[in-house]
Amino acid sequence: MRKHNNFDRLLIKGGRIINDDHSFYADIYLEDGLIKQIGENLIVPGGVKTIEANGRMVIPGGIDVNTYLQKPYQGMTAVDDFYQGTKAALAGGTTMIIDHVLPEPGSSLLTSFEKWHEAADTKSCCDYSLHVDITSWYDGIREELEILVQDKGVNSFQVYMAYKDLYQMSDSQLYEAFTFLKSLGAVILVHAENGDLIAQEQKRILEMGITGPEGHALSRPEELEAEAVFRAITIASRINCPVYITKVMSKSAADIIALARKKGPLVFGEPITASLGTDGTHYWSKNWAKAAAFVTSPPLSPDPTTPDHLNSLLACGDLQVTGSGHCPYSTAQKAIGKDNFTMIPEGVNGIEERMTVVWDKAVATGKMDESQFVAVTSTNAAKIFNLYPRKGRIAVGSDADVVIWDPDKVKTITAKSHKSAVEYNIFEGMECHGAPLVVISQGKIVFEDGNLHVNKGMGRFIPRKPFPEYLYQRIKIRNKVVGELQGVSRGMYDGPVYEIPAMPKYATPAPSTKSSPAKNQPPPIRNLHQSNFSLSGAQIDDNNPRRTGHRIVAPPGGRSNITSLG
Amino acid sequence: MLFPGKAPDRLLIKGGKIVNDDQSFYADIFVEDGLIKQIGEDLLVPAGVRTVDAGGQLVVPGGLDAHTRLRAPGTSPADDLHRGTKAALAGGTTMIIDHVLPEPGATLAAACERWRDSARRQACCDYALHLDLPRWHESLAEELRALAKDKGVNSFLVFMAYKDKLQCTDAQMYEIFSIIRDLGAIAQVHAENGDIIDEEQKRLLELGITGPEGHVLSRPEEVEAEAVYRAITIAKQANCPLYVTKIMSKGAADVLAQAKRKGAVVYGEPITASLGTDGSHYWSKNWAKAAAFVTSPPISPDPTTSDHLTSLLACGDLQVTGSAHCVFTTAQKAVGKDDFTLIPEGTNGIEERMSVIWEKCVVSGKMDENDFVAVTSTNAAKIFNCYPRKGRIAVGSDADLVLWNPKATKIISAKTHNSNAEYNIFEGLECHGAPSVVISQGRVVLEEGSLFVTPGSGRFIPRKTFPDFVYKRIKARNRLAEVHGVPRGLYDGPVHDAAVAAAPRTAPCSGKGQALAVRNLHRSGFSLSGSQADDHIARRTAQKIIAPPGGRSTITSLS
Repeated sequence: MRKHNNFDRLLIKGGRIINDDHSFYADIYLEDGLIKQIGENLIVPGGVKTIEANGRMVIPGGIDVNTYLQKPYQGMTAVDDFYQGTKAALAGGTTMIIDHVLPEPGSSLLTSFEKWHEAADTKSCCDYSLHVDITSWYDGIREELEILVQDKGVNSFQVYMAYKDLYQMSDSQLYEAFTFLKSLGAVILVHAENGDLIAQEQKRILEMGITGPEGHALSRPEELEAEAVFRAITIASRINCPVYITKVMSKSAADIIALARKKGPLVFGEPITASLGTDGTHYWSKNWAKAAAFVTSPPLSPDPTTPDHLNSLLACGDLQVTGSGHCPYSTAQKAIGKDNFTMIPEGVNGIEERMTVVWDKAVATGKMDESQFVAVTSTNAAKIFNLYPRKGRIAVGSDADVVIWDPDKVKTITAKSHKSAVEYNIFEGMECHGAPLVVISQGKIVFEDGNLHVNKGMGRFIPRKPFPEYLYQRIKIRNKVVGELQGVSRGMYDGPVYEIPAMPKYATPAPSTKSSPAKNQPPPIRNLHQSNFSLSGAQIDDNNPRRTGHRIVAPPGGRSNITSLG
Repeated sequence: MLFPGKAPDRLLIKGGKIVNDDQSFYADIFVEDGLIKQIGEDLLVPAGVRTVDAGGQLVVPGGLDAHTRLRAPGTSPADDLHRGTKAALAGGTTMIIDHVLPEPGATLAAACERWRDSARRQACCDYALHLDLPRWHESLAEELRALAKDKGVNSFLVFMAYKDKLQCTDAQMYEIFSIIRDLGAIAQVHAENGDIIDEEQKRLLELGITGPEGHVLSRPEEVEAEAVYRAITIAKQANCPLYVTKIMSKGAADVLAQAKRKGAVVYGEPITASLGTDGSHYWSKNWAKAAAFVTSPPISPDPTTSDHLTSLLACGDLQVTGSAHCVFTTAQKAVGKDDFTLIPEGTNGIEERMSVIWEKCVVSGKMDENDFVAVTSTNAAKIFNCYPRKGRIAVGSDADLVLWNPKATKIISAKTHNSNAEYNIFEGLECHGAPSVVISQGRVVLEEGSLFVTPGSGRFIPRKTFPDFVYKRIKARNRLAEVHGVPRGLYDGPVHDAAVAAAPRTAPCSGKGQALAVRNLHRSGFSLSGSQADDHIARRTAQKIIAPPGGRSTITSLS
């Protein structure tokens, strides 16, 4: 086959098409970046380039729902930018990414979005979409969120429960944000870790003299992840909104999600390549640079049985989506935190390895079949983020993002051959079964015979509409079922009312300079006499005799018998 | 027949079946000077000793109510320490642990003193004190140390609810739990997510719901379960024993039970209200009745809750029972007639506790009489470190005894109860099993339905720190919890130039987001030499590197 990037017409012959619901043998004809025909003995124009699939699987291109290809940290960005990162994505069989926009706390979401949009437009090699992270809840954010949802094609926003004094939101703010995002029909993403406790643990661990990457894992035990997941789900279920937990890294966090789903709340969990493919024992590596390469948050669990457990939950549907959280920093960048693990920039690789790792850990082990593989690597993400069926399915009219997958190919992951610019690969030496043979993005062959044929900036921004049906159909019905809450119509109490003595408020005595973390505000005082509602007529319990309490104040208008006591 | 006012110092209880938490046996008990002096058959006792004939009834250790609120700053509860302890004795409870909620502005020690002053005049039975921590402040550690060491207070409660009033943040809780662990005290927690409650209250009031049903609607049980989960997580991080007061819902109890399976040192206290009734009454048409049920966390509207909680109590997942007795008259509750958030919180239960548990747990066959003693008395005595002085019938223990008649039938009613409240939340509940004689400090205080109590006769029971029942495990875990860093020497490879980034990042958001402290990364005198495990791996250089002082070394071989 000759190298050509701008074939506009392609015929894939003799492949087995795998969708998330079923698989079948058929040929596929692609034109103008779309799937035009599926079937046997297709009538196609002459001179069309033909790819012989020879019975191999043809699957929808992967969607990586969690990447950070432009994450700023102390004025620098991760080593894989949109160009480098999407190249790696395509090489691994991923044809679309959803990247996170991470605004500086306090800066405008819109401005940051435009910045990311521009960078991605000029550099990205595959189609992309953008999540916007809410790093602070400021005045005027509602208008910006509305613009992003209505006009900019963003329908997912991430909030943080960790990073105290930086991105972290209080429960009240989360409640407010969830309520508002639900009204916009957005997907609510949560970075779930208890930031307060992490800050305390970091202090403690540093005081003990532990400064290396193992401190990162020690200060963020998996209980803190599970706790935050539990809390996020509690808040979301109060509001009746869907919630999506990014980066499920530990067994306990995954179990909380699984348990919650059994009780009804609409919760989705996203394990990432790292948590599915490796574990956190490497934080104790003698090689600082290697240990530091694993630093991400929530951290990889040091429990080596974690990947197996997460893959099982992924197979049974308790977890639904896979991302990579791809955000690698070079060793020199990581070394900013060589004396203090809290300053190591966070992020691991995984954009290129994701499909292969899931295949190896879940399909090659018999946990899931190839249709489920398609579901967790592509279809479910497309449904949740409202890209379906344009993405995530091989069907007439869908985008021509297609991968020919070879389940027998064995590949050893190594930093020597990966496409990322980072020196360490956290999956180094892992032998994976299953790899892409040909990757087609927008109807063009971009990866074939191990070679990439990409152009910088050829990726398109894919706008996404709010109210994805996959999530919001149920929410709408539940809203109706729950209905408006109604009070008991019992008329007004007009019996005796005790007069509250004036009481001073709780305040921190003698505020010291090292002010306590408490922010005690005096509760507002309400005027309890300011009611002019009155009630008359017979009540259901008029017949009960009444007993009076002591210390009563005669109410205006005299006593009535609505409050018969007995 | 005993005459009120007369206080015999010697007492012989004949023909009873002694029930402790571990076994039951028939024996006589001789009591002198407020203590149990002899247990056995055919006891040699001085002549003229008053004899109580148990007639085969059970003799159980007096109940220990681990949670009461008989005094409060601001609006005083309708049952004060006199009225409340009288009701306690009438129900077979011979000791209470009351919660001290300090007045705004008062020091913790002063608040405890004031409490004891009232109790000195009013309490009819022995008592101890828990201290509520209304706020976090700098000198807290010293104040708590003084209380635990010198004042005999070894349990402290923090609030996760009551936003902007009493609520603690997670970071504060961690600090407080660390202090408490070092003191060997018990951390108690009122577990409800105050942030969510606050939002829900606002929402409900906006919807025009102002009645008591708003109280339970704004405090759904998930919010309780969430806080229990969080409290346990924090306590586990701080390696501090945790005691969750007022378990009111199935969700909260289940979270606690699961945590115990994972090894957490945590205790859960359901109260009379959650064991004996349910929250459907919040929707009562009678405002005053509905308001009488208002307590926090609220009584769950799920009618199966009581059955579930009693089962967990029977199997040991929950260990202690309290009453959280804190009653207000209808007139006092009516302060919140237009706004449920202003209704003073609290229900009755101090008098009904023992009978309700007997009825729901023993009569139903969930637990035996020994389990009954454990959950009403012994476990609390162990956790709060007054065992075996309290909570056990043994030679040398306090003579707080109850003759329990399992054949008695009693219908709970506000007409007959000893509380000042107009409503009884258990109104009409028929209980089989009631105390027939109650002995406190060796004196008969209840007999043939008549109470002979003396205000001020109750003693303060100081409690020592580090209860074995709780702290043996904590100490062992403390020793194991030591963590060590990896001795890998200092990284001295290339370091990205953070100097540019060090330019003070203006924090645009108000007050928050402080710029990270910048460290001088070149200020290290540590160096490493010799061959390393991975010397053989070829190195690839990164972009943008700065040569470190002293040149490159091979500790960070890149591959």
